[in-house]
Amino acid sequence: MIARLFIPLGLFLGLAVLLWSGLGKDPTILPSTFLDKPVPAFEATKLREPGVPIASQSLAGEPYLLNVFASWCLSCRVEHPVLDAYAKRGALKLVGLNYRDQREDALAWLNRFGDPYAEIIWDPDGRLGIDFGITGAPESFVVDAQGIIRYKVVGAISPEIMEQEILPRLRGSKN
Amino acid sequence: MRALLCLIGLLIASSAFAIDPLPFADKDQEDRFRVLVAELRCVQCQNQNLADSDALIAKDLRKEIFEQMQAGRSDDEIVAFLVERYGEFVLYRPVFSGKNLLLWLGPLLILVIGGVAVAVHLRRRRVAAGDNPMPISEDIDW
Repeated sequence: MIARLFIPLGLFLGLAVLLWSGLGKDPTILPSTFLDKPVPAFEATKLREPGVPIASQSLAGEPYLLNVFASWCLSCRVEHPVLDAYAKRGALKLVGLNYRDQREDALAWLNRFGDPYAEIIWDPDGRLGIDFGITGAPESFVVDAQGIIRYKVVGAISPEIMEQEILPRLRGSKN
Repeated sequence: MRALLCLIGLLIASSAFAIDPLPFADKDQEDRFRVLVAELRCVQCQNQNLADSDALIAKDLRKEIFEQMQAGRSDDEIVAFLVERYGEFVLYRPVFSGKNLLLWLGPLLILVIGGVAVAVHLRRRRVAAGDNPMPISEDIDW
């Protein structure tokens, strides 16, 4: 009979643990379906050199951070100084994906805030973005030397994310 | 009366597309499109479907779905295309298998558990009442 008294308490604790564990999660961040899969094959043109083709294979060989950005994107401006500083220090290879942007706007934006990108893929109509499963900008993918996506960041990259999540994975010291 | 008509008009208007007019090949294709975009979730503004959403990505995805339809792809192929890129999350109607079974059958399970609990409770009460019938008194003030 005493045991029965504990049933409601047990139920309550079970529910409390369940709900508590959900509290800290951000439901707007979707798990990427691309983790541990190769970068989707694409053929596009470069932003800085109109008409010059760039394809997924040409990027393989060394690890890089693929960063989706646009001149209309405010959070991109927030993360840009971080990317700029680390890339110019030579801490990582940065590949840009200019998303749903006008060429002139994008180039003016880079002129103003700095251009840390080794290559920039131009995706004016967002078609490439769909192949990457992008929901908006900024988003970034850590890609290893074999061209496999190892990590995805949705939203602006902070120095903490750079140090703790991105750089170790680019060096291959964290999975 | 006129106010009522206006209200009905508003309701109908708000359930229509947030959409860019698209040149469908025929009525049948348009109907397929409507059903599809109503069942797919916008990946940006997650509590809207693709039909209602005004987000850039929703617009892009509608265009993509439309173009794939023109290219003769089936609904299943288009849905598979999106799930491959955005995950099962885009389906407002999750697949009936695997880890989704709990999602589909959970409510039924809870109903059964509740039903059993109620049945047990009622039976116990009936047994208790049989042993020791409660006097029905007229002057209890409910």
